[in-house]
Amino acid sequence: MNAPATIDAAPPEKLLDSRFTVPGIRCAGCIARIERGLAKVDGVAAARVNFSSKRVAVRHDTQVSDAELVEAIARIGFEAQPVADNPLARDDRESKALLRALAVAGFGMMNIMLLSVSVWSGAGGVTRDLFHWLSALIALPVIAYAGRPFFASAAMALRHRRANMDVPISIGVLLATGLSVYETVTGGEHAYFDGAVMLLFFLLAGRALDAMMRNRTRAGIGALLSRMGKSATVLDETGTSSTLAAEDLEPGMLMLVAAGEALAADGVIEKGRTTLDNSMLTGESAPQPAGEGDAVHAGAINLGSPVRVCVTAAASDTALAEIARLMDEAGQSRSQYVRIADRASRLYAPAVHSLALLAFAGWMIAGAGWYQSLVIAIAVLIITCPCAMGLAVPAAQVVASGALAKRGLLVKDGSALERLAEVDVALFDKTGTLTRGEPIPAIDHLAPEQAVVALALARSSRHPLSKALANALDQRGVKAADVTELREVAGTGVSGLLDGIPVALERPTIASDALSTALRIGGQTVGIGFSDPLRSDAGEALAALQAHDISSRIISGDRAAPVESVATKLGIAAHAELLPEDKLALLEELKAAGHRPLMVGDGINDGPALAAAHASIAPGSASDASQQAADAVFLGSALMPVALAVRVARETMQIVRQNFVFAIIYNVFAVPLALAGMVTPLIAAVAMSLSSLVVVGNSLRLGKAAQ
Amino acid sequence: MTGLTFLIPIALGLGLLGLGAFFWAMRRGQFEDLDGAAQRILIDDEDDGEGQ
Repeated sequence: MNAPATIDAAPPEKLLDSRFTVPGIRCAGCIARIERGLAKVDGVAAARVNFSSKRVAVRHDTQVSDAELVEAIARIGFEAQPVADNPLARDDRESKALLRALAVAGFGMMNIMLLSVSVWSGAGGVTRDLFHWLSALIALPVIAYAGRPFFASAAMALRHRRANMDVPISIGVLLATGLSVYETVTGGEHAYFDGAVMLLFFLLAGRALDAMMRNRTRAGIGALLSRMGKSATVLDETGTSSTLAAEDLEPGMLMLVAAGEALAADGVIEKGRTTLDNSMLTGESAPQPAGEGDAVHAGAINLGSPVRVCVTAAASDTALAEIARLMDEAGQSRSQYVRIADRASRLYAPAVHSLALLAFAGWMIAGAGWYQSLVIAIAVLIITCPCAMGLAVPAAQVVASGALAKRGLLVKDGSALERLAEVDVALFDKTGTLTRGEPIPAIDHLAPEQAVVALALARSSRHPLSKALANALDQRGVKAADVTELREVAGTGVSGLLDGIPVALERPTIASDALSTALRIGGQTVGIGFSDPLRSDAGEALAALQAHDISSRIISGDRAAPVESVATKLGIAAHAELLPEDKLALLEELKAAGHRPLMVGDGINDGPALAAAHASIAPGSASDASQQAADAVFLGSALMPVALAVRVARETMQIVRQNFVFAIIYNVFAVPLALAGMVTPLIAAVAMSLSSLVVVGNSLRLGKAAQ
Repeated sequence: MTGLTFLIPIALGLGLLGLGAFFWAMRRGQFEDLDGAAQRILIDDEDDGEGQ
């Protein structure tokens, strides 16, 4: 019943596959509407929604262009963007390879265990030899296949003359396998195939968990530039117009920007007056008027009337491209962060190696013979390389991020949780982060007959204030009046006729700082004020952060007065009128002073700061690029998830540390046994599963942390 | 001992069967959209006048 909607394509034409990202897919209804709606478009053979990745794959013939498909999806009611190729593919392949290796290791472990249990329960003579041979037959291909991720990473580390966790693992597994093969061939008593395969299985489980968490991160830069106008209509001296791609624009060209279009380059307005939505660059939600001689930037959306713009900077010289470059550079420092597991292994690996070496040397000196000394050294390697170490970090982080997701906070990967736990200063953007980011009209004072007119007028306009007013009135259940001859004049407002009486929704005659509009019915005028209210729990969230010794401050690109008023209301420090570079500089200054800043912001102007901060969080309403630059995204209208994220991240690190302590205690008991030569395959197997279970069980306690 | 000549191949065969099934499911994209599968159960069938 839920098969992809298909249409029988009569001619066997060459079909293309296109992918679109559609962030608005939220429910089963959306899936059905998109798939059925697209199937009705001519030239589309099939459409399939992937709900998890919020993407639509469309199979269509060559007649249909991507732009037409985006248009078709927009008609269905969703915003879509084409995806050139699948940027998830590489991450996806890695996690799939890990899952396959895990499945193979699981298969090998179960079958070898089956044989090992009979050996442990006393099978002897021919039976034992047969079982060892069978185990070898299963284990060798399994280890060769499932061990590849570890061997490859260990080889890479050794080539760079470093040691990571994979080096002792690989040496342990390879030596144990080699020794077991020798034992099998010579008809010996103990074979460690089970231990080697089990070690791989548990470690792969940890890696697979880690990869699954990381799976959804994407590079931020591509999406940012896709927001910039892709092409522009250019006028030449003779007045004829032609369409040029954004990268072909040159300074000095004259471009014609229609209403609703995004600017493709920076420039100066040559002719015309309009209002621009600059929110992408400045984070300021109110549309700004712009007239002749004013500088405009690529990425701004023309809300008013058509204007002629003389290009001053194009392609990679625009302010938007500059932000993209800043983000790219700022993100570099974060990739140098060393995760806790790697930090632990830097101490751990040399300790394990020297211990094994000492065991070998000690027993040789004691005169045990090279064979027995080698067995003991290998036992030390296997037992000190516990699965608990490999599971300690990912198990806790996966449980914690699952608990946070239920509360509306999506954490991108384990490293993000580790960095979130370390922050000590929080920086908030104002518009869209501390506030809701959308203007809310005050409509309580409107009489019913005024409300119906206001809705009719507001609905006909694309202006953000009109949209907000229409939304608010719709939610009140107001029905629109029958207003005719609707006309919108850019920069002035919407007007029309109601039973012959002129009505209008226009900019107020008295200029004021606050956003407002005036509703005129006949000779009567009533004002409607707009405000961008603070998130209802902003104060509590900041107090909760303070309780964790994290001080907060505002860094905003907005004007000083509104920023100051929010700062006083919340009782925190504020910096206003900051450019993206200034925000970045402020962060660098904090970092240089030894702080670990948490950045919370939504606009593209926050992008470089989000990428540079020690950890960053963006609201779900943020621009794509900001969401991708951030470590975590919170959904909904509350700010509390930010404080919750820090609390849970800290609890997670506590559990991780407990897990490490447990692994060390376990070693304190197990290593003497191994050194004394008393570790048999049975003891190794039991110790390994037991320690893994304890670590996983301890991590599961985090499931309740987010409550 | 003779039982083992049957039981061990059976045990291995079943294990391989499961492994093969998992690989097949992965190649066929059964794990591509786990959340979507949970949502799709809620979509009403299109009423195309058949099978009523």
